[in-house]
Amino acid sequence: MTAQALRDNPADTADVKIRLRGLSKVFETRKGPFVAIDNLTLDIPTGCFFMIVGPSGCGKTTLLRILAGLEKHSSGSVEITKPADNRPGNSMVFQGDSLFPWMTVWENASYGLRMRRRPQGEIKDVVGHYLMRTGLSKFVDSYPHQLSGGMRQRVSIARAFANDPDILLMDEPFSALDEQNKLMLQEELLRIWEETRKTVMFITHSVDEAVTLGDRIMVMTAHPGRAKAMVDVPFPRPRSVLELRAEPAYGEFVYKIWGYLREEVHRARALDEGSVA
Amino acid sequence: MTDAAHKQAPSGFRFKLNDGNLERLISIASPLMLLLAWEIAARVGWIDVRFFPAPSRIFETLIKLVESGALWRHLSASMQRLFWGFLFGGIPALLLGIVMGLNKTFRAIFDPIVSATYPIPKSAILPLILLIFGLGEASKIVMVAVGIFYPIIINTVAGVREINKIYFDVSRNFGARGWQVFRTVAFPGALPLIMTGIKLGVGMGLILISLAEMVGAKSGLGYMMWNAWEILSVETMYVGLLVIAALGVLFTIILNEVERIIVPWKTVR
Repeated sequence: MTAQALRDNPADTADVKIRLRGLSKVFETRKGPFVAIDNLTLDIPTGCFFMIVGPSGCGKTTLLRILAGLEKHSSGSVEITKPADNRPGNSMVFQGDSLFPWMTVWENASYGLRMRRRPQGEIKDVVGHYLMRTGLSKFVDSYPHQLSGGMRQRVSIARAFANDPDILLMDEPFSALDEQNKLMLQEELLRIWEETRKTVMFITHSVDEAVTLGDRIMVMTAHPGRAKAMVDVPFPRPRSVLELRAEPAYGEFVYKIWGYLREEVHRARALDEGSVA
Repeated sequence: MTDAAHKQAPSGFRFKLNDGNLERLISIASPLMLLLAWEIAARVGWIDVRFFPAPSRIFETLIKLVESGALWRHLSASMQRLFWGFLFGGIPALLLGIVMGLNKTFRAIFDPIVSATYPIPKSAILPLILLIFGLGEASKIVMVAVGIFYPIIINTVAGVREINKIYFDVSRNFGARGWQVFRTVAFPGALPLIMTGIKLGVGMGLILISLAEMVGAKSGLGYMMWNAWEILSVETMYVGLLVIAALGVLFTIILNEVERIIVPWKTVR
């Protein structure tokens, strides 16, 4: 199942993991209703690394929260194919610091498994594996405040993977990191993802990140959030973050996505300035 | 340590005072100086020893009370009342506080009651407590419980409400339900402020137990001081004050240590 295959069969709905039909979300605010997501229709195939790029405030996070069950949608439908076994439907890597400050790295990473009362042996194996894969084996007893921002985000990723969900939801997990940390974590994320090839929905405002990680990219409009463009990423897997950047086609592709996005960023800024004035 | 100092300062022994050391030295010396001044003033007759007996006399009385076992009897009576009052006041306050912090409806029900009764001076309800619970142990325990209840419940509610919403989202997303959310998010998240409440509550408990024992008791540190007033044994009164002050300091040290252990993410730097 390559990105190429996905692109060639856009109508292939046999193996759809997430199916959105006319999804809308309206927040009631003091200034009146605020449309965060407007009539979004979308199919995400099983095993797809799906990227959403859009200007700030385009309802990306709201969409993810609806899929995570943390928010209710106003109209339309959300269908998520249930996993065959009793594994959890989704786990989220939250934006910013979301580790429990009162738990050690180990307690944080094992949280989902512990809450689902998995056997001790399984918890030990699975959590140990993902902490090793994220290079945190030496820090199992540390508390989050003793770690750097990059390490904290690694724990966050390990926590989500260790929970072994059917779908991974990632809300700008690397946006607070510096460039070097970001590259390293993207590389690690791809390596870990290759092991399981779970369905991922990943939100970012970085076009580079979208092209580097994703199989398919949806560019969203600002206020209200709509799908503006849907683009399949042509680069084969497994990918190396750095080598990918050396390819001439990479730059061209990033430029193409930027074309869609630029307008929206300007529009979002104009809207923001309008609302300030 | 001093060896190293010698080697580094060959010109002779010089105790180097940095700012921290100097401050510590001053804060140890100042109360000692006060005691010394007090002792001298009492002996020379600058102050009235009927009100301000010399520290050495107070210390003698302390030894006498320890040897006779009287001090121990009063101390243990007070401590037992404090202990039970702490349990009967603290545990309901903690549980109700967490539930109120988590649940809007509970907050709407109990918040007005707590807010309305909180400003009533606890000492003012002593007669009522004596009326309801009699002159026995119960009235003293209730008095302490009431004093401890408020700081703990108020701080616990604030502690739960101050927890960043993202932690509740995480726990929901990762499958925690009901009691698990309570145990893994609400309680540990509120713990720093709960500890603050406990510290304030213990201080309040010490005040109220001394007061309650002065009115209707035949044992306890409060009774000991009240009795000392009646028989004009001023030194015993000072011993009572000294012991209560020492208890306050001791509890603070213990609670700080407990906090360091159970709230490591806030105190370990």
